Amino acid sequence: MSRAVGLHLGLLAALAAAQFLLPDYHHGNLARIMVLAAFASAYNITFGYAGMLSLGHAMFFGAGLYAAGLAAEFGGTAAPLGLVLGVLAGAIVATVVGLLALRTTGVSFMIVTLMFAQAGFLTVLYFGEFTRGDEGFVLAPAARTVLGLSLADPATRYWAALCVFGAVMLGSLALARSAFGRVLAAIRENEERTRMLGYDVFRAKLMALAVSGAMAGAAGAAYALLFGYVGATFASIQYSILPLLWVLMGGAATVLGPFLGTLLMFYLIDISSSFTTAHMMIVGFALIGLILFFPKGILGTLRERAAPWLP
Amino acid sequence: MSKTTAPEPRTTRATLTRRTALKGLAGGAALAAAPGWVPYIEAQSSAPLKLGFQVHRTGIGAAYGRWYDRVTTAAAALINEGGGIGGRPVEIVTEDDGTDPKRGAEVVEKLATQHGCDLAFGTLFSHVVMGSAPRAGELKLPYFVVSEGHHVASGRLNRYTLQPGITDVKSQVRAMAPWVTQNLGKKVTMIFPDYAFGHDHRDFFSEAVAAQGGEVIEKIAIPPTESSFTKYFPRIPRGTDVLYHVMVGPGVLTFVKELGEFYGTGARPAIFGFIDSLEAVDIATPGLDFLEGTYFWEGMPRYAPPDASEHEGFYRQRVGVDANGASMSDPKDIATYAHMFGCWETLHVIKAGMEAAGYQGPADRAKLIEAVEAMTGMPESREHPQGDKVFNGRTHQVFGHQFISRVEGARLSVVHKTSIEDGMYPDEVDYTTQPF
Repeated sequence: MSRAVGLHLGLLAALAAAQFLLPDYHHGNLARIMVLAAFASAYNITFGYAGMLSLGHAMFFGAGLYAAGLAAEFGGTAAPLGLVLGVLAGAIVATVVGLLALRTTGVSFMIVTLMFAQAGFLTVLYFGEFTRGDEGFVLAPAARTVLGLSLADPATRYWAALCVFGAVMLGSLALARSAFGRVLAAIRENEERTRMLGYDVFRAKLMALAVSGAMAGAAGAAYALLFGYVGATFASIQYSILPLLWVLMGGAATVLGPFLGTLLMFYLIDISSSFTTAHMMIVGFALIGLILFFPKGILGTLRERAAPWLP
Repeated sequence: MSKTTAPEPRTTRATLTRRTALKGLAGGAALAAAPGWVPYIEAQSSAPLKLGFQVHRTGIGAAYGRWYDRVTTAAAALINEGGGIGGRPVEIVTEDDGTDPKRGAEVVEKLATQHGCDLAFGTLFSHVVMGSAPRAGELKLPYFVVSEGHHVASGRLNRYTLQPGITDVKSQVRAMAPWVTQNLGKKVTMIFPDYAFGHDHRDFFSEAVAAQGGEVIEKIAIPPTESSFTKYFPRIPRGTDVLYHVMVGPGVLTFVKELGEFYGTGARPAIFGFIDSLEAVDIATPGLDFLEGTYFWEGMPRYAPPDASEHEGFYRQRVGVDANGASMSDPKDIATYAHMFGCWETLHVIKAGMEAAGYQGPADRAKLIEAVEAMTGMPESREHPQGDKVFNGRTHQVFGHQFISRVEGARLSVVHKTSIEDGMYPDEVDYTTQPF
């Protein structure tokens, strides 16, 4: 087993052990952070590895959230099926959007994905009769049960969050170490050269977006099922920008960066908002400091300076 | 409502010897001296009750949050001056939720598990309530919202969530409908934001107007991202008697200005709106002149009415608001007066509930819920300065009076006060049948 694999499995083992050690508040927080980190990892596939700056990922997260939520609300589906539906919804929406948006690159791609995400957000509001719009709806306890275990139970929720995060993280690791991952990195570094070498760049980018959408959909579905609330806020522009910030903080194109970024950003806001209403200014200063001292994010800079083996 | 029965005291026969007495004394002394035990004894007697205040200090609800904060501080100070709750002082533990449902759930968790609060209260915006209430239910944390949303009484939340300090939107619009149809006209056109808050008004008011023999002849939904409204006004039918608007957010000043430009000095229908549009906004703001002669719903009159009760005056003075509805220290700082009384009254309901339940600590949370569920009439008093109320323990929702005010000389003057019965509707849920 290589150092890289050992490190990632070690993190999962540490997170499993934390279940028994953390006080209640941080235990609940870590479950939430793991789900959001799965979302950030999904974003990292598109932004970190394939070099596509998307501002549309709230749409993929929202697709998973609403697929699981609406299926449970109106179809009475069980939680595992909800998760599967979330993955499918995220992948399908990402593929359809990708077929259109990938005709553009760079800033244009960012604007087109943003436009689609806004359309998705407004669609949620438009169908308020079913989605309850911005107010959202609460999932019934019966819809949040797996094998007779309630996902509202802190321990069950923690294990479920760890499973989702672990699957996404190990999937990201496998992708980063695969031939496909190297193609994505090649596209990020020089798209024209990759095309000249005979790779189907459009197809590779579309696949990356679909995988990313599926992972984001899984995170969205998990959020709905684990925390019991489905609302339009999660499909708003804010949730397209947040994963970008988490990935930038932790380190783009590093497998563990999204988790580290989500963790640090969560506690930065949690702690600073207890002292000041200007907590977003503190976040802003932190990001400026990050750009000055860790231009490639914490783990990206660490990899560059001390640990080149870090995937 | 489930009944709690005190366990029968166990009768035991024991022979007290000198040895057992000494053992007991020694054991008791050791336990009392042990670290951690003294605070427990203290907590049973005089440790502060920690009330978690979930406040919108930032985000779209910040203007409301600022005044909810001030009212909460004033109410807590009054309660502490009067000896606290059950003889224990009250400590307000405040956390900002950023008016965000995700953060709201995190804040509820933080108040319960990190700060060790006995309960949480104070949430206003409906989407934050919806995002936070499931977590409060899971944590078995009493959660007193001050939101005016119909979410509590609709049965969509849980037994731990209550709204005893402010009426809900369904009750408000039902109470308005008879007066509007009898005094302003029966053909109504509604302009509302195209999201849940607007949809509640659309659905509940349409139903209430129809029950009064009126009709909503056009429903104009404005997308939430809209910044200009002129293009929607030609859709207002010519036969409209009453234009009903509930626009909120930063675009409301533009909305009123453009509506004024649309009608100019010509004939226009009667206009009725909800003060939510203009909470924390000075009616005398340039551009709002068009509102002269129009009508508004108010939860509590911003401008002190000539016949205001002694209790209203006491409350107004304690929360630092002058007779014009502005801060006593800054006349430009307009209060969210139509809503913020909800925090004051909620805190006093909490006090009454805790004292009735003999609340000692988190183990008594279910008793607190049952004590509040058992409440019915709430007479007008210093504790309830907005007016008398009736609490429905089955639906966890309070019912009260509503006010209709007319804009006259850039001030709001009350022209009608509804009865409590005007706003009542059949139960949609019975939370008391849900287990704790």
